[in-house]
Amino acid sequence: MTRRSFKLVRIARAGGHASILVFFITFLAFPFYWMLMTTFKTTIDLHDVSKNPFLFNEPPTLEHLVVLFQDTQYLQWLINTGVVGIAVVLITLVLAVPAGYALARMAGPWAQTLGIAIFLTYLVPPTILFIPFARIIATLGLQDSLWSLVLVYPSFTVPFCTWLLMGFFKAIPRDLEDAAMIDGLSRFGAFVKVVMPISLAGVLTAVIFAFTLVTQEFVYGVTFITSASSYTVSVGVPTFLVRGDVYFWGSMMGACLIASVPIAVIYDLFVDRFVAGFTVGAVK
Amino acid sequence: MATVEARHISKHFDEVRAVDGIDLLAREGEFLVLLGPSGCGKTTLMRLIAGLEQPTAGDIVIDGRVVTDLPPRARNVAMVFQSYALYPHLTVAKNISFPLRAVGMQRDAIRKKVEWAARMFGIERFLDRKPRQLSGGERQRVALARAVVREPVVFLLDEPLSNLDAKLRNSARDELKQFQRDLATTTIYVTHDQAEAMGLGDRIAVLNQGKVIQIGTPQEIYGKPMDTFVATFIGSPPMNLVEEGASYFGFRPEAFLPREVGNSDDSVGFPFRVTRVEYLGADRLVYGVLEGRTAEAHVISKMPNNIRAEIVAGERYDFVVRRREIHRFDRNSGRHIDGSGR
Amino acid sequence: MTTATANAVTAKAGWRTRLADNERLLWPLMLAPAILYIVLLVGFPFLLSLFYSVSDVTVGSRSMNFVGLENFHRVVASNTFWIALKNTLIFTIVSQFFVLVFANILAMALSADFRGKWLVRLLILLPWVAPISLGAIGWLWIYDSIYSVINWTGQALRILGPNDWPIWLGQPNLAMASIIVVQIWRIVPLATVILLAGLTSIPQDIHDAAAVDGAGFWRRTLQITFPLLLPITLVAVLFGIVFTFTDMIVVFLLTRGGPYDQTQVLATWAFFTGIQGGDLAGGAAVSLFLFPVLVAVAIVFLLLARRSEVT
Repeated sequence: MTRRSFKLVRIARAGGHASILVFFITFLAFPFYWMLMTTFKTTIDLHDVSKNPFLFNEPPTLEHLVVLFQDTQYLQWLINTGVVGIAVVLITLVLAVPAGYALARMAGPWAQTLGIAIFLTYLVPPTILFIPFARIIATLGLQDSLWSLVLVYPSFTVPFCTWLLMGFFKAIPRDLEDAAMIDGLSRFGAFVKVVMPISLAGVLTAVIFAFTLVTQEFVYGVTFITSASSYTVSVGVPTFLVRGDVYFWGSMMGACLIASVPIAVIYDLFVDRFVAGFTVGAVK
Repeated sequence: MATVEARHISKHFDEVRAVDGIDLLAREGEFLVLLGPSGCGKTTLMRLIAGLEQPTAGDIVIDGRVVTDLPPRARNVAMVFQSYALYPHLTVAKNISFPLRAVGMQRDAIRKKVEWAARMFGIERFLDRKPRQLSGGERQRVALARAVVREPVVFLLDEPLSNLDAKLRNSARDELKQFQRDLATTTIYVTHDQAEAMGLGDRIAVLNQGKVIQIGTPQEIYGKPMDTFVATFIGSPPMNLVEEGASYFGFRPEAFLPREVGNSDDSVGFPFRVTRVEYLGADRLVYGVLEGRTAEAHVISKMPNNIRAEIVAGERYDFVVRRREIHRFDRNSGRHIDGSGR
Repeated sequence: MTTATANAVTAKAGWRTRLADNERLLWPLMLAPAILYIVLLVGFPFLLSLFYSVSDVTVGSRSMNFVGLENFHRVVASNTFWIALKNTLIFTIVSQFFVLVFANILAMALSADFRGKWLVRLLILLPWVAPISLGAIGWLWIYDSIYSVINWTGQALRILGPNDWPIWLGQPNLAMASIIVVQIWRIVPLATVILLAGLTSIPQDIHDAAAVDGAGFWRRTLQITFPLLLPITLVAVLFGIVFTFTDMIVVFLLTRGGPYDQTQVLATWAFFTGIQGGDLAGGAAVSLFLFPVLVAVAIVFLLLARRSEVT
């Protein structure tokens, strides 16, 4: 090839690269852009098919958000989500931190197998378990109560966070714990006083994931909860706001956007950790 | 100050006998070096003494107490790790005071002790820093200060110099020996570096495959190796071994010299065909083959540069070894056969 | 010296010390609560599900009788089951095929360095990191029968004729295609970041060596990158399959299985039968058909993990 043709190839490649990115950004981010537009358009504008929907044909409005917060229980759902999230995070930490550490430090090949077995339970989908759970929750008298979610959600946050924390603890040099034991701490004391302070980043990651997994859950929520005041955001918006033939699209899109974006941004900061959890073993 | 004793101690990891029935005694105030190739069990033995591993069989005795059932913290030993194992989230001062705070010592007493230890290693300036802000040599000093601060009965040092660069290592070795003399605390030191072992140890225990092969002063280990393993493990280049009937005979490269310099009444001569000469500055290494033998006998001569004799590759020379420099080893067991040549 | 220590005192530790120091007791004690929780909240319900599937339990009933495989007979005899099974397979296979293709292209594009990469990454990840039930509602609006932005754009660009107005979620074939698009949209980001992790784990040396050896972009990609990426690609596909085969959210929110069960999948049908229809036994039987896929995926994952341990 001549130098000229090399140059052409390079320009073509840069153009190809850009168009690939543009295509995927359009496909993947469009619904969120569309939520944003819809949230601030007047109802008349939304329902006028003759005008270009990509433009504001009437001035932007906050009326949909006012409706959302004043006439619906959206705020209550946000609070519910927060309450359930915090409770689940606490339960998850109490269970997963010691378990992850024990798995990381146990000797023998079966410790690894046990770790993978625990992780695999994370993959058991709600769609297999929701039917027995429906009856268990009813028997416990927890139907329609947020406590049903607090009880059930750790069944997927604990396996995932245990696996995640195990990876974190494995990365901490054992020498530190040995040194701490020689310096006067017990085996358990070395974990509490040396390993825990060093692992704050890992624990924080587990907190974020437990919380986001809670906010994303839909199937159990729609199974256990029937009264509007006990919904979480991810269940309340799609089930309660979508009723009847007249949808309040503006309010609904606002509801989706407000709940999605903060979760998405926080999650995004930690997503590499999440992926690392998924690919332990396959990438080295 | 105390004695440390391993009594027929064993540690098996599944099928692997990392430590295989070792008996060992470190005397009061002694600097004992555990030397061996990687995987010989020296680090495991040290961890058994520290209490970081539980023995499969046998006992550890420190200062006249059987401590086998005690956790590490109850043994009053201090250890310096190869990685230094400084607590990354604590300042240097907190690192050093960690063992004192763990036993609940008074604040004032802690402060005094930390100052004392920091002064001893010249790290007063770094007390408020975190370990990651220190250089390798500084970290090593912090690790030593942390070990010294609570005045343990035994120091356990696991290759503490191996993460330093070559230049720093020499001065650190010197300081290490100095402070051990001053404190006169019994010290057990693990290394795979024979120069370090020779320079530091009052006595050296050579380990291989979970067993102590030989224990003695550096002179004894070098001059009277118990078997072919010790003979070839110690010394650089290692002892030349030549097959002869049911035994090997061996001699150190520096004892193998041209007849014109090395000749004396008890010399034994060898026709030596030189294949290669290597200049190392202070020494010359001469590689070659002993002639007139059934098996090819590759040997090396190490000649200090003040021996001016001209040696050229491809030529034959008459080399000699003094009879008392020749060691004999049994060919099957590898054991030294006494009375031969000495 | 030896004689001095020959009759040494044996030191003994207290019981609390022994507990806090004994790893053999400590590890099981630290693991037990988590494992107990998982057994009670995953293992027990699963066994219950097995049990329900051979009983005649309903939401309201107090009694429960053993009926053998009757529920399964009933399920298999039902027309909807075969439709749902077929739809689940189409839904999974078609969507995961496109996910694999798209994610590979996108991961390669993202592995290059360029300005504003973090923003691009954030935008691309949105579908996975935002709650899917809310994202699906966004699509419900995009697919709206009257106000669909797709239709407007299509007409503006003259792709659609003036009288063409597809009802995306209302016409049988279009409905299936529409939910597949949403599932692709949702899984592509996950598969992309997994593949991206794999791409960055390939040492630059290998690419450099291949480049020096005269391999061009395509040869490098086909003969170096893809083979090295194979295990991690498998991981991405496995998770994609699990999250698609067992999912009910997209279908539930967009079409509720309609029109005429044309998008009904096993998971939604289990929900409609067991929870909304109150036939717990029937629903349990349907949902158990999801399990074999899960087992298969688990086995592959375990094999993969074992292999990586050996190498």
